Amino acid sequence: MSDANKQMVEQYRNDFLREVEDNVEEGEWVKMCMQCGVCSGSCPLGPHWDHPPQELFAMIRAGKRDEVLQSSSMWMCTSCYNCIVRCPRELPITHIMHGLAHYAKRLGMAPKEQPTHKFSQLFWNNLVKTGRVNELRLGLSLYFMNGIGEGIKTSLKMQKIGLGMLMTKRLTPMELIGGHKCKDARGLQAILKKAEELEAARIPVAGK
Amino acid sequence: MAKKSYSFYPGCSSQKAASASNYMTSVDSMCKTLDIELNEIPDWNCCSASIGYAGGGDLPRLALSARNMAISEQANPGQDIVATCAACWLATKETQERLHDDDGLMAETNEALATAGLKVEGNQKIRHMVEVLIEDFGYEEMGKHVKKPLDGLKIAGYVGCQTNRPFGIDGESYENPKYLDKLVETMGAEPIENYDKKVSCCGGALAFSEPEKSQALIKDIIESAYDGGADMIVTPCPVCQMNVEVYQDHINQKYKTNFKMPVVYYSTLMSVAYGGSGKEAGLDGQIIKAKQLEEIASK
Repeated sequence: MSDANKQMVEQYRNDFLREVEDNVEEGEWVKMCMQCGVCSGSCPLGPHWDHPPQELFAMIRAGKRDEVLQSSSMWMCTSCYNCIVRCPRELPITHIMHGLAHYAKRLGMAPKEQPTHKFSQLFWNNLVKTGRVNELRLGLSLYFMNGIGEGIKTSLKMQKIGLGMLMTKRLTPMELIGGHKCKDARGLQAILKKAEELEAARIPVAGK
Repeated sequence: MAKKSYSFYPGCSSQKAASASNYMTSVDSMCKTLDIELNEIPDWNCCSASIGYAGGGDLPRLALSARNMAISEQANPGQDIVATCAACWLATKETQERLHDDDGLMAETNEALATAGLKVEGNQKIRHMVEVLIEDFGYEEMGKHVKKPLDGLKIAGYVGCQTNRPFGIDGESYENPKYLDKLVETMGAEPIENYDKKVSCCGGALAFSEPEKSQALIKDIIESAYDGGADMIVTPCPVCQMNVEVYQDHINQKYKTNFKMPVVYYSTLMSVAYGGSGKEAGLDGQIIKAKQLEEIASK
């Protein structure tokens, strides 16, 4: 168990709802869920969630901490915002899902092999580096995120799409040598570092 | 109408030789006709597009959009911020809402921005290009510039998610927004009726990480357009455009379908209808060629 995780377990004991309210983006809304299930029925990838949002909310109240934070469910959110606009209680469900996913990651509890967990981290690393997304590097890092063998297989499968993007000038090999970036990438990185420090003073991070 | 000026946030995918560079080409052409001046926010950065949350906590993600807003306030004071990308628009608008709702977050965000000598107030209006077209111009004005009506074309208006929810366009419903159909009509084409997938999700960023699950969603979006008799799909979102266009071969292989449906932007239609060349309308950026538009453009 990570130090950060241990610290939170000791601080909140059996009160997982309060832990979520204090530390998860928009977590203070969780108790407002009335278990109608409209969010679960509205979710485009709903059938693939082990625990749809409504169930996650009930599990948080029931103190099922490990089951919630280790779940792959919230990593299935496509950010379509159907749940938000349909929720009769107006819970910002999309944000709570992003918040739960981030909190699980922060404490070192997110499922390591979950593909969107991996992709989401790759996306963040990619954008922080220069301040703008480098689409070619992002694509390649995605194809190779499960090792070289699978990477070559995926690259071959994607070859025709990549070629189509190149031919229509919607992708450039120049992205490998330099590519798009913010002139003041260092300034942006300083902003993000400060934001991370301020947030870490409120919510611990595993391994830091 | 007099020239209108906006503080412009193009976003990563609109850059030169990026995945939606063809969108930008057609937007430039459309703006020229409508006398819209787009003043790019200097040195803007990525908004993290609803997917950076594994590595980015709440505050760092807000700081990303706050930096853009802060620079915009300095460089383009008194102008509304306009984004062409659905995710850019959404992330920036959400950040504004969160910062105004929570003084603590506002203070921390400004503390972070201060390390780069910036300060945000967040008082510029944040709008999608479609809002600008509808609210600042209106269908009648947009229609006045049509030189080559898109006669005979049947088009499925695929609105998708993030230009529609949670903010959407004023006066439109979440479940059945009509603006894209009205825009198609204004350009002289015919919107297909009862396009039941018009606000369904294409998988968004999960088209990358969960390709099979997302392609099942995309298949339904294309199939429904064919069922309605559409010649092509039109969308206001770069992620929708790419996801619905580029995976059609994979979908055909898996589902034994025979899809070859062009997917264009509203600005592509407008540029062609306004008399732009195929190049000006970004038609050379279509992986699945929009032949009927090419024909009209070359007339």
